[in-house]
Amino acid sequence: MRVPLSWLREFTPVEEPADRIADALSFLGLVVEASEAVPSPFDGIVVARVLATRPHPSADRVHLVDVDAGDGEARQVVCGAFNMKEGDLVPLATLGAVMPNGMEIGRRKLRGEWSNGMLCSAPELGVGPEGPSPAIFVFAPGSVSPGQPVAEAFGFGADVVFDLEISPNRGDCFSVVGVARDLAAGLGLPFSISEPPHFVAGDIEAPVIKVDPAAFELCPRFTGTVVEGVGEASVSPLVRRRLTLAGMRPISPVVDASNYVMLELGQPNHPYDISRLRGRGLGVRRGRSGERLVTLDGVERQLCPDDIVISDAEGTAVGLGGIMGGAGAEISSTTTTVLLEAANFDPLAISATGSRLGLLSEARTRFERGVDPELALRAVDRFVELLGPGVRRGPTVDARQGLPAPLEVPFRASRANAVLGTSLSEQQCASLLGRLGFEPVHRDEPGRDGLGGPLVFRVPTWRPDCTREVDLVEEVARIHGYGNIERTLPPRPSKPCGLAEWQRARRSVRVVLAGTGASEAWSSTFLSKRDLELAGLGTAGAVAVENPLDSSQSILRTSLLPGLLRAARSNRERQAGALSLFEVGNVFAVPAALEARVTGGQVPRGAAAEAESLGPSSGAGGGLVYRAVKGIVEWEQLGMVAVGSGVDAGYGARAWEVLAGALRLSAPALVAAPMEGAPIFGALAVTGALHPGRRAVMTVAGRSVGVLGELAPEVAARSGLVGRVAVLLADLGRLLSHPPRPWLAHGVSKYPAVDLDMAFSVAEVVAAADVHLTVTDVAGDLAEDVVLFEVWRDSSLGEGRRSLNFRARLRAADRTLTDDEVANVRERVAKAVAERHEGQLRGR
Amino acid sequence: MNAVTQAAQRGKELVEGARSVAELRAVEPEAFGKRSAFARLTGSLRDLAPTERREVGRALQEARSELEAFFGKRMAELEEQEASRRAGSERLDLSETALLARWAGGGLAEAPPSPAMRGHLHLVTQVREELEDIFVSMGFEVMEGPEAEDDWHNFQALNMPPHHPARGMFDTFYLDLGEGGSGGQGAPEGGGERGPSAVLRTHTSPVQVRLMESRQPPIYAVVPGRCYRRDTPDASHLPVFHQIEGLVVDEGISMGHLAGTLDAFVQAFFGPGRRARLRPSFFPFTEPSAEFDVTCWVCHGVGCRTCTGSGWVELGGCGMVDPAVFDAVGIDAERYTGFAWGFGIDRMAAARTSLADLRDLLDNDIRFLSQF
Repeated sequence: MRVPLSWLREFTPVEEPADRIADALSFLGLVVEASEAVPSPFDGIVVARVLATRPHPSADRVHLVDVDAGDGEARQVVCGAFNMKEGDLVPLATLGAVMPNGMEIGRRKLRGEWSNGMLCSAPELGVGPEGPSPAIFVFAPGSVSPGQPVAEAFGFGADVVFDLEISPNRGDCFSVVGVARDLAAGLGLPFSISEPPHFVAGDIEAPVIKVDPAAFELCPRFTGTVVEGVGEASVSPLVRRRLTLAGMRPISPVVDASNYVMLELGQPNHPYDISRLRGRGLGVRRGRSGERLVTLDGVERQLCPDDIVISDAEGTAVGLGGIMGGAGAEISSTTTTVLLEAANFDPLAISATGSRLGLLSEARTRFERGVDPELALRAVDRFVELLGPGVRRGPTVDARQGLPAPLEVPFRASRANAVLGTSLSEQQCASLLGRLGFEPVHRDEPGRDGLGGPLVFRVPTWRPDCTREVDLVEEVARIHGYGNIERTLPPRPSKPCGLAEWQRARRSVRVVLAGTGASEAWSSTFLSKRDLELAGLGTAGAVAVENPLDSSQSILRTSLLPGLLRAARSNRERQAGALSLFEVGNVFAVPAALEARVTGGQVPRGAAAEAESLGPSSGAGGGLVYRAVKGIVEWEQLGMVAVGSGVDAGYGARAWEVLAGALRLSAPALVAAPMEGAPIFGALAVTGALHPGRRAVMTVAGRSVGVLGELAPEVAARSGLVGRVAVLLADLGRLLSHPPRPWLAHGVSKYPAVDLDMAFSVAEVVAAADVHLTVTDVAGDLAEDVVLFEVWRDSSLGEGRRSLNFRARLRAADRTLTDDEVANVRERVAKAVAERHEGQLRGR
Repeated sequence: MNAVTQAAQRGKELVEGARSVAELRAVEPEAFGKRSAFARLTGSLRDLAPTERREVGRALQEARSELEAFFGKRMAELEEQEASRRAGSERLDLSETALLARWAGGGLAEAPPSPAMRGHLHLVTQVREELEDIFVSMGFEVMEGPEAEDDWHNFQALNMPPHHPARGMFDTFYLDLGEGGSGGQGAPEGGGERGPSAVLRTHTSPVQVRLMESRQPPIYAVVPGRCYRRDTPDASHLPVFHQIEGLVVDEGISMGHLAGTLDAFVQAFFGPGRRARLRPSFFPFTEPSAEFDVTCWVCHGVGCRTCTGSGWVELGGCGMVDPAVFDAVGIDAERYTGFAWGFGIDRMAAARTSLADLRDLLDNDIRFLSQF
């Protein structure tokens, strides 16, 4: 909303400098987005008196006019218009003046005669429309005097325009009056609005106004007034100037007056050409299914029963109530009599119709935020006043039903102080509210505390947003000033606080992965199905976005993999070398579709129910895993992708090893299990993405938490990545939901250790981890540590076999081990490995 | 007709003869593609009489589809064979790799653990954690909630019924529930009906609602998380962004406490001597509502380009919890009062680092990521 300062000053005598006013407005909640200083358009243009007019000796299209610009000297001006006579007061652009169109006035000789300036027409000054023949603007006699600047004569000069952002609750501030009222209240200045004259011509017949009973609900007030003589009417230059400053184009006196009233008072209104209205009147009804109307913007609109239709007296639609008039009864240059509509409409109905039709208008903006229902008659009077003495208006037909009575709201100063942290007296509150038009009407019965009842205030009709005590409390705070509220800290909660355990663990995940050299990425939640396919993932169960920004962002990610692959590729395209990226973020799916794909029953059936609850406190095991809203399940995933020389599936396995250790995961393992049934949801669909011989399932305490491995070569190629790509995808909730390994302290032995090296020839298909487990298990308490320190492959071992070289550090807590004891361990381990894994102890 | 049978026979032989995916791809043009007998026969159809043309045309089409299906089947077979061959020949025992990695840092190691190369936490993560820590130190919990929300939690419980004009303040992404999506998972504690649609949350406030639905005051919580608005991305707007908001509900909580809390936070985050400034504003879920500004972090209040000379920078919105919200979640609005605030984590990150373009945050360029 653009508001010229001069217009505000009509209602409140604000004298502060413009920047102070802008601050004051901002601190009332009327955010000043920009203040624009507008210079006077008429520098160097003054009022002059016509002394004489003479013919030009050698031209008959122009004549010579002698004028006095207030200094008593006669100046000769050559002029092409002939409408002035001796004694007339006219605008003279003096030498050096710059016209609104940019033309500079200089001393010029025309056919041998000097012209010392230029007399100006209304269009040249930008204050009126072009007439049928060129005419110089003539001031009304007595209103101005020679030498006076024209800006002053018109009542306007330099100005400041505030561009305000009005919040949706303040319908009243979509008007100059509303802004002025708040500003006056904020600055403690008087505010007044003059009553426009109200003359009703007795000989003008009242129009026909028919409101369908079923429409009162949507249109509780509808007024119609016939205004005659608008064909010759004009509006003052000031009106046109202000409309221009407010951002509207002056069009014709009737339209200008209508717009001016709307901007000034906030009452949208609509003049119809009465000669184009059948039945000489208007009706209001609901729209009919299938009904069509061409609105003023030339678009044909499909109507429905929730719409408010303005019709002529015979029922034909002529406008969309509260939003836009129809093209049919539009006023034109030949219009002489209008039927002016000023009404009140239901905000929700206007909002629903407007958003359904995608139709924005000044009227909609105001009605959907709430217009003062008592404004209509004033608006009619003001409209007539603006069109000048030449027009005559008849009686107003005022159809109203179901308008709410002025609201009365009980208010307790004690409540205001409790909410605000202030110590204002009731009298102070009443005074602050009074500045905004809230009037105390009576006092309610005392409450149970016996401390005197609340003071009941009548809410001004222009503030439909204030319906509750707390709304009045806000008004008190606003006018009192938010900055004047004393600041303190709230009482602190008495229980210990801190991050939840799973939140701390999640931080550890990030820190540990960064410690492996990976950098954290943040990719968009939006993907396309093609992104999933490119990454070798299934598309079933993906949640679609109804109104995506574009088709490449039409679904919610079911996996972090596509985003990470894209990030890896774009980095490679920018000449990045090796790269390791990880991300922690939410992924989404429709569970029904995914559950159907799972075999082995690993998807928690209760996931949706589990998820409905809030926060980590509710999930079993302490971590929130799934959240489901309206059948969409989301859960947090951990993803990692690495590319570069030396990268293969083992990269992820090594990262897992670090992660498992740092998080003290309980019995972490990598299982080369078949993928079916093991992982869950998004991770499951990874099957197609990973190299079939180079993938493993990560498990914690025997429960799968995710997959890692190497991207299948065809997927890597499709993703534009060269070389092997390491991938790790885990379900974060599952990863963190099992309690960590217990923290038990073991004393350290002071006795010497014996390191026992054992190399086993084992088939390639046997997992090293299984052999390691056997060694550790059989060596028992004596094994302080068992490591796989080398893997050796050679054809001498036989087809499909390799040598796993373990070193066990044996040590007893209470003695030095004997050679026999060590040999015994060696025997038992060798036997177990032979039995369980068909492994042969080498070198003996 | 014989020609059609011959073409089909020839095509089948070619497909059967291919021994690898590459070979199969190579024979496609000759089997039923551009260079095949099918192509020639299709070309010569126009020389036939109309009835015959129709008949031969149909036969050609049938034979060709049959062959294509056969080709597809063969392709799948070969691909599977190749994949499993590769799986066998390239098989890795990843548990072996993991065990060897353990050696590098184990107690039996002969060499010290290699000092790892450092990776980098995302700037937004680092700022988020710093914000969380400040509020945790002030006695707040950190709560989280779903990003895909229902209409009730994102709008209605926050005093925005359907068609409420304030909904226009948020450009919302709607989610297509399709056949798989059913209605809500039971009614909320506070009653009221759920809206028809699922949305991507436009702010973190629905978590407030979930929190208040699930327990009674006192509540001291902050809610960080990802939010969504349908804005075209530019230097200062992202459609996917991060917010953190706070909620305090207790007996005797006032707007003075809100201002005091924000002051304390601003000093902890931006440094001593900074202040928060409240300006009246409107949010459907708070009353009174305010925008809050902080002392400009570039010029410390003197006036500069960042703060357009005012010495203040707008940071977020705040206010006293609207009684309508308390009613929606079943908290006694006479007994309890509360305040809430919210602001963008990404914008704070930008403020901290003089980042000119927010889009850099989700570009994932390693040169950007490794600066922090």
